[in-house]
Amino acid sequence: MEYFLQQVLNGLQIGFVYALIALGYTMVYGIVRLINFAHGDVFMVGAFIGLYAIERLQLPLAAVFLLAVLGSALLAIAMERVAYRPLREAPKIAALITAIGVSLFLEYFTALRQVFGPNYYSFPRPFAVFSWEFGGISVTNIQAIIFLVTLCSVALLRFIVHRTRMGKAMRAVSHDHVTAGLMGVNVDLVISFTFGLGAALAGIGGVLYGIAYPQVNTFMGVMPGLKAFTAAVLGGIGSIPGAVLGALIMGQSETLTAAYLSSTYRDGIAFVILIAVLLLRPTGILGVPGTEKV
Amino acid sequence: MKKVAAVAAAFLILAGCKPQTAKEIRIGLITPLTGDVKTFGESVKNAFEMAVDEANKAGGVAGMRIIPFIEDDRNDPTEASNAANKLIKQDRVQAIVGSVTSKATIPVSDLAQSGKIPAITPSATNPKVTVADGKRKDFMFRACFIDPFQGKVMAKFAREALFKEKAAVLYDASNDYSKGIAEYFSDAFRLMGGKVVAYESYGKDDVDFSALLTKVKASGADIVFLPDYYNKVGLIARQAREKGIGASLIGPDGWDSPDLVKIAGEAVEGGYFSNHYSPDDTRPEVVAWVKKYKEKFGQTPDALGTLAYDATNLLLEAIRKANSGDPAKIRDALASIKGFKGVTGESAMDVNGNAVKSAVILQIVNGKQKFLKVVNP
Amino acid sequence: MRKISDLAKTAAVLAAAAATGQLLDSFGFVNPYWVQIFQLGCIMTISALGLNIIYGFTGLFSLGHAAFYGIGAYAAAYVMKSYGGESHLLFLAALAAGVGCSASVACLVGLPVLRLTSDYLGIATLGFGIIMKVLFDNADGVLPILGGARGMTGIAKMTTVSWTIAILGIVIIFVRNMVRSSYGRALVSIREDAIAAGSIGIATFRCKLAGFVAGCALAGLAGGLYAHLYAFLHPSNFDFFKSVDVLVIVVLGGLGNLSGTVAASFGWILLLEVLRVALPPGYMELRWVLIPVLLIVTMLLRPQGLFGSREIRFFREGLDS
Repeated sequence: MEYFLQQVLNGLQIGFVYALIALGYTMVYGIVRLINFAHGDVFMVGAFIGLYAIERLQLPLAAVFLLAVLGSALLAIAMERVAYRPLREAPKIAALITAIGVSLFLEYFTALRQVFGPNYYSFPRPFAVFSWEFGGISVTNIQAIIFLVTLCSVALLRFIVHRTRMGKAMRAVSHDHVTAGLMGVNVDLVISFTFGLGAALAGIGGVLYGIAYPQVNTFMGVMPGLKAFTAAVLGGIGSIPGAVLGALIMGQSETLTAAYLSSTYRDGIAFVILIAVLLLRPTGILGVPGTEKV
Repeated sequence: MKKVAAVAAAFLILAGCKPQTAKEIRIGLITPLTGDVKTFGESVKNAFEMAVDEANKAGGVAGMRIIPFIEDDRNDPTEASNAANKLIKQDRVQAIVGSVTSKATIPVSDLAQSGKIPAITPSATNPKVTVADGKRKDFMFRACFIDPFQGKVMAKFAREALFKEKAAVLYDASNDYSKGIAEYFSDAFRLMGGKVVAYESYGKDDVDFSALLTKVKASGADIVFLPDYYNKVGLIARQAREKGIGASLIGPDGWDSPDLVKIAGEAVEGGYFSNHYSPDDTRPEVVAWVKKYKEKFGQTPDALGTLAYDATNLLLEAIRKANSGDPAKIRDALASIKGFKGVTGESAMDVNGNAVKSAVILQIVNGKQKFLKVVNP
Repeated sequence: MRKISDLAKTAAVLAAAAATGQLLDSFGFVNPYWVQIFQLGCIMTISALGLNIIYGFTGLFSLGHAAFYGIGAYAAAYVMKSYGGESHLLFLAALAAGVGCSASVACLVGLPVLRLTSDYLGIATLGFGIIMKVLFDNADGVLPILGGARGMTGIAKMTTVSWTIAILGIVIIFVRNMVRSSYGRALVSIREDAIAAGSIGIATFRCKLAGFVAGCALAGLAGGLYAHLYAFLHPSNFDFFKSVDVLVIVVLGGLGNLSGTVAASFGWILLLEVLRVALPPGYMELRWVLIPVLLIVTMLLRPQGLFGSREIRFFREGLDS
């Protein structure tokens, strides 16, 4: 039993990090119906910012998170301005291909020797690792940090989306951006803000990931990005609690597969679950079935 | 028809066959300059260039100037295939040194065989590089020992020097090197009376080993064998210690990198690994080699670089023996080399194109490699 | 009567093209490296034409195309390697096996998945692609000859220039004819408005499935050719990135545009190689920085693809517009 619970705990660790990334995907899709393939790379940049902040600038952990948040948000807002905004009225596939292009660009540009470099870098951990034992199960302080930071971030997100004017504007634009514009909402600003907010979460996720799995390289965002995106769809794309739920499911399925089957199947199982869910509930677990206009 | 003619004309223009002068010999190098084992790639490149420069300064080899072609394979089998293709078909090299890791070298060996270009790998230790499906790929050679030997060495060490009973093995399923040694170690360990209590595989891009390590902890192993390259080993070692696994850690020559301690920190302290040579060896060839490498490149040469130096020189020796740039003649000369004295010891090519060499066991003490002992085949 | 003489003419042109290509290659008039690149371009074209049928013509957003490419590759390689030999007859059988496997899997996958709407279909096919890659990685547990994550080596190099040109020619003609026929028009009508198409009596689901299977079968054919060209298969050749490559080619050429697909396939492969050769040795990494920039710029300036909706004369035959 303890073995199982320990593995569940392991799964929560990665699941929470996926949740942070998944939230960004779900918010952006909710507002502009775009699968932002470059989101996983924003996560990667967040991790690298964390690397520099800790190693070169020797900042305390809180400042590291802040810097990662700022850096990622700025990157995402720039991406949106340069690559996505001009294509808002173009066929959706063009925006998608552009998103893919931005993703590839980020991965390979940062892999240039003059930027981050093509190698695997060791992520420094500015504190010692220790663990607490609860009846045969050990919880490390890393896991505790991940849980705490993620929960706080999600709570903050919920506050912004449901209790502030900007949040209301976000919900309005995602419902119907034309009408929202007619009602006086600055649609461009809201979209930029959404990108920035999602990216901020991904940046936090990047730092947490670097702390937990201390090796970063410029392609580290690809698989987590895909999985987080799948998690967002699994939970119902456009739904914030759905993204978190989906991410936790992804994390658990991955870890339990590694624990009871073999780690080499871990990437596949999550997608089997996805397809199964999509066939039963085409809009995801917590998704709202959309009406199709004929 | 017009389309075909136009396309054909374009090709003829692009064909650009460079005429080859008899006074030159083209040798290719395939090495992972970027990617997860870049320290291997760099030291191999340095050593290769050093050997080539030395030969060219002495008037070339068999009267021919060496033109090197260096390709980066990123430690990826597909990239290595592409690199080999380019070297053989476009650059028309007459011999190849490379690649460095088994997983990248196996496809290279197939291409060298079908292209009839002799190739020698300094460090790929998996048997499939020279013999696959029961067939000897007679254009492929290697300058190092092979994994069945290495696995046995470490198993013997674990049982007889460290008295360990229960081993856990974690290997990369996408890597022939890792998988191969894992099997050889386990077989040997069992034969010597030990038990393999955990035998888990992971994927190439896995970074989260918590699930596997929880399994290892639950198995009660007293020694963990990590047959992989330094960057993965570092990551696993760290996470193992975080999970509270106190067992000894041992591994093969993939551990040999200054970056191992950089990545793993204290987690690999006290760990043991097998290797091809130790820079602390007092033989005059080793001392001279370490000195000149340090002078030129500012760091102590690692085993793979040293092997590359020996492999390149082996190849150059074969070219001198063959006294020709003809790939088939070079191949024959390579196969018949006996008693070549290199930095890593004396080599002879056995019938499978593998060098018969001894291994050394090193331990990581205070973040540095400490030489323990030599094991002869 | 006209049909038979047309067929004979076509066959003759194809045979001549194939023979010329083979001669140029066998006598070493052309650098063998570029010959291989040309063949890769042909293979890519076959795969891209398949995706164009699926996405360009039928409007099914499939992000798992590389998986079917891989199924074809592994199936063909398995047949060729297990039954040994180097006979061309066996090669054709192997290719057929590849096509058959891809098509069957496509049918199995399509049945449940094609019910989903656009973005969700994309995600489901993406998921399928990753599942297939994981299966490829672990294939050696079931069939050791497939090599699994370590790669499959020792495949016979059967894809000669003549085969490549001949098969490409047949595929192009087949696709053109199919697209200009009533089947093709049915697919386009489904893409434009599936409900309206259904209301005029088109069996929408069956047509979607047929289009999907046809496109995946072409991918399988391309895969089989690829396996016997490179003689080395690795699951990482069939991952999501490779699906993206084909998608980019199809979109760049213009969705639903055959000449665009052919041009973009060769253009893409050529661009990759030209950049590899043209860039100075220390700047190799710039290749993959320039390509996405090119991609982004193209999408910003011309989102309908390079060719848009204009086709060259050969492809326009039988079309009214």
